[in-house]
Amino acid sequence: MARKGSTANRRHPMATVALIAIGLLFTGGGYALFSSTATAETSTASQTTIDEGKKLFAANCASCHGLDLQGTGEGPSLLGVGAASVDFQVGTGRMPMAMQGPQAMEKAPQFTAEDTEALAAYVASLSPGPAVPDDSLLDAEGDATNGAELFRINCAMCHNVAGAGGALTEGKFAPALTGVAAVHIYEAMVTGPQNMPVFNDKNLSPEDKRDVITYLKYLEKNPSPGGYELGSLGPVAEGLFVWIFGLGAIVALTVWLTAKSN
Amino acid sequence: MSTVTTPETAPAPAAAPTRPSAPRSTSSRFTEAAANYIDERTSISGVVKEFGRKIFPDHWSFMLGEVALYSFVVILLTGTFLTFFFQASMAEVVYNGSYVPLKGVEMSTAMSSTLNISFDVRGGLLIRQIHHWAALTFIAAIGIHMLRIYFTGAFRKPRELNWVIGFILFILALAEGFTGYSLPDDLLSGNGLRIIDGLIKGLPVVGTWISFLLFGGEFPGTDIVGRLYSLHILLLPAILAVMLALHLVFVVVHKHTQWSGPGQTKDNVVGSPILPMFAAKAGGFFFIVFGVIALMGTFFTINPIWNYGPYDPSPVSAGTQPDWYIGFADGALRLMPPGLEFELWDRTWSFNIIIPVLILGGFIVAVLVYPFIEAWITGDKREHHLLDRPRNAPTRTAIGVAGVLFYAALWGAASSDIIATHFQLSIEGVIHVNQALLILGPIIGYLVTKRVCLALQKKDREIALHGFESGRIVRLPGGEYIEVHQPVDEYERWKLIDYNDYQPLMIRPNARGQITAVQRFRAGLSRWFFEDRIAPVSPKELESGSGHH
Repeated sequence: MARKGSTANRRHPMATVALIAIGLLFTGGGYALFSSTATAETSTASQTTIDEGKKLFAANCASCHGLDLQGTGEGPSLLGVGAASVDFQVGTGRMPMAMQGPQAMEKAPQFTAEDTEALAAYVASLSPGPAVPDDSLLDAEGDATNGAELFRINCAMCHNVAGAGGALTEGKFAPALTGVAAVHIYEAMVTGPQNMPVFNDKNLSPEDKRDVITYLKYLEKNPSPGGYELGSLGPVAEGLFVWIFGLGAIVALTVWLTAKSN
Repeated sequence: MSTVTTPETAPAPAAAPTRPSAPRSTSSRFTEAAANYIDERTSISGVVKEFGRKIFPDHWSFMLGEVALYSFVVILLTGTFLTFFFQASMAEVVYNGSYVPLKGVEMSTAMSSTLNISFDVRGGLLIRQIHHWAALTFIAAIGIHMLRIYFTGAFRKPRELNWVIGFILFILALAEGFTGYSLPDDLLSGNGLRIIDGLIKGLPVVGTWISFLLFGGEFPGTDIVGRLYSLHILLLPAILAVMLALHLVFVVVHKHTQWSGPGQTKDNVVGSPILPMFAAKAGGFFFIVFGVIALMGTFFTINPIWNYGPYDPSPVSAGTQPDWYIGFADGALRLMPPGLEFELWDRTWSFNIIIPVLILGGFIVAVLVYPFIEAWITGDKREHHLLDRPRNAPTRTAIGVAGVLFYAALWGAASSDIIATHFQLSIEGVIHVNQALLILGPIIGYLVTKRVCLALQKKDREIALHGFESGRIVRLPGGEYIEVHQPVDEYERWKLIDYNDYQPLMIRPNARGQITAVQRFRAGLSRWFFEDRIAPVSPKELESGSGHH
């Protein structure tokens, strides 16, 4: 019986559990590794860049965001915002802010590209977050039709169908998208700066984002076939134009026609 | 320029006068033969004689109605071209035309055919844009024409009915504009229709029924574009054309109004006869108006439906507005304060829609019947063929300005979001300011305008009596300095002193010796109109006044 018992217990009672645990560890870990590859790119940044970024951060950002990115009463925590967020906010001049307001205003960038990169590398080194997108997603050579449709459904209610921008509540607004670099459009979609919602990769896949950029760049590259766009603002601009210039010209002509010769 | 004064009843010279001396060229002989041929078969000479001798006075503001007429002609011409290619169907198709970002997208036939007009029909986009710009110009021209009529008092007897016809034309033009805006079935037009659907559904009891009737079921359905198309190209233009003809017939019947001036009285019209002078000028002016509209259509994009994409009830673009002429209605909805809603007896009672609709309806009716109200208040039953300078009717002008400001506040509110983004304001602030302006604007505008008018009248009076300040200072032998005033010449002075003077009505008992409440009310209104007034200079004052300085 004892022998029989020993055969029966050739495997340790915990073996099944251990096997499952190992299996889970491999699949889960593999999945985690695989799915985090997109955000792991910044780890390639060299330690010197990160150190450089740390110094810049302490000098320019820490007064509001805290020395450890933990945030203060003046500014939010930057833990987990990722390199993409830093590159967007600093690269478009929104950060550092000139003043508190309904939202950070775009202005001339305050840092060089290298400094921006260093800041981004530093912030990304402390906690993972969305990375600066790969150039292959920014070539604006995707499907403009799909991009146009996605843009109308997801973006146009704030940014206007032609990307001319629009008003939000309490002085906030969705800015115009003409002239915005492809990388910044992409980063805005992944990080949701200011009052913008985040469009993560499950919502709009990287390919979809590339299509949206393609459409916006299409609009930029192809001026309206109908002539000057009047700011693409829609009927308000058209109405103002017809009253001021159209009717203005016609009334001036009536005055000219009925003027008495001197 | 030939200026002709005719009493309209002047006997015309006998027909076919012969020119004894001039040798006849072949062409004139042909013209005569042709004219004779036509006249013998149509008796048209009577009409030409009567109509061709009609006089039209010359003033730039008298040409604004013409602008509306000519833009309507442009709309008819371009619209006819568009009907060749537009398909008013909401059947789903897959777009396969030239515009790349919409290729392969499912849309209605209406949208797809509009895109084809824009990108695949030769000259289609140009004609579409001319049509749309002409429509905006048409309604804007009606607007300023109407303002001209109002502020010069050209709506007074005998022209009250023509004011009403003109106002109906304005409403028809709005309807034409809105139905046209809704036809392409793009995102913008669909959103516009959705707002109309909401307006209709906001009407108590009948709203939902009317909405289902109009859209053939639940919004948006598959019927609405076809129905609006029938209205847009058939019913509305037909009514509009008939009303327009009637409007013009009345202009001929009443004769055109004119400004007061030397030799220009209520019994004559001074200006150019229709044939040949006025007809030639008007013909040229038509092409000028057409030209301006064509230039706008050539160089400026209007309604880029390719950006808006096909209608889908879920997306609404930022900056979604109606065309300018419906803006006042959109603005009324935006200005409505929230929270006018409660639940009672198992259902929701919402006043958010019905209140603006009633206010707009009241405003429209007030404009429509204004001539009758003013006639009743003044009690003036005379015919008026001479125009008022706006300052000489201070209360009317002030009411007009108040109305314009009321409209402007509603109109401006429709672009509250654009104002907010472009001037970096908060949209709530813009709305609140517009709400205040809607109430305060007309009141302040009324008071200021009335005072300005009275001040201008005073100034006129001063000039009529004492002349202009010449700037020449003279020292008299006694040491006194005076500025020499230069008297205005008689022609100029006539314009300053010739206007109607009204006095507040006295309350008088009626035949039964009673003073009714209505009469009291009327006398009150009359006081409001004419209590503050500057009387025109009388001949007596003129005689004694001109001796001064």
